[in-house]
Amino acid sequence: MVGLEHYLILSAILFSIGLYGALVKKNAIIILMSIEIMLTAVSIALVAFSRYIVPTQLTGQVFVMFIMVVAAAEAAVGLAIIMAIYRSRETIDSTKIDLMKW
Amino acid sequence: MGLSIAFWTLAVVAVGAALAVVLLRNVFRAALALVLCFLVVAGIYVTLSADFLAAVQVLVYVGAISVVIILAIMMTREVQRGSPANKLKIPALIVALVFLGVVIYTMLATPWQISTEPPVEPTTAALALKLFGENGFILPVEIAAVLLLGAVLGAIVLVREK
Repeated sequence: MVGLEHYLILSAILFSIGLYGALVKKNAIIILMSIEIMLTAVSIALVAFSRYIVPTQLTGQVFVMFIMVVAAAEAAVGLAIIMAIYRSRETIDSTKIDLMKW
Repeated sequence: MGLSIAFWTLAVVAVGAALAVVLLRNVFRAALALVLCFLVVAGIYVTLSADFLAAVQVLVYVGAISVVIILAIMMTREVQRGSPANKLKIPALIVALVFLGVVIYTMLATPWQISTEPPVEPTTAALALKLFGENGFILPVEIAAVLLLGAVLGAIVLVREK
């Protein structure tokens, strides 16, 4: 029987994969994709809590809708920033975008 | 029983697709794996009886965000360079694994109070009541609208030719 813990562990595994990708990758678009994976993982955890702990209240699902709004906004602005950087520097290698590194 | 089979299939595919996003050399294939991951997560929402969220997941993530990401990959011509890793491979792996261990330990050690009530189905009307009804989330909904407007304007300003 599948329970709350299964979903939580799945969400933790997805979040860790996204964390690894966000820390390791050089390509800024891949970093953004890893962040989307992390947001999705958190959404799975919220829906699982909503389903198993307060099944009649749906609060977790409302939170996930707001996460989706913020994720969409973040993807739009993030990719716009990446395009602007690519236009001025001809690269989106995150190790080379170090103008503000001290 | 059917729920278990669906969950395990979806979970394995989701983890495989997420690993493909991180490990594949080709950026474009990684984006396609990300689309697969989003689709499978929609299936996981269905197994959690969140039908409206599954539909919105397909519409917003598979439909919109993936298209924007693939568009960005096409525009930046980074496909030839692949998706190399930086010097932090081993420390990042350690951080991710330690995080995973701590979170799984916490999740298994916490005594969750599982409710035995049946879930609400279908969820669309109930979610609308929750969002717009009395004591609902009407203020966050308004703020989300302003946030989306700001994000759209910001994106336009950022990518506009000077």
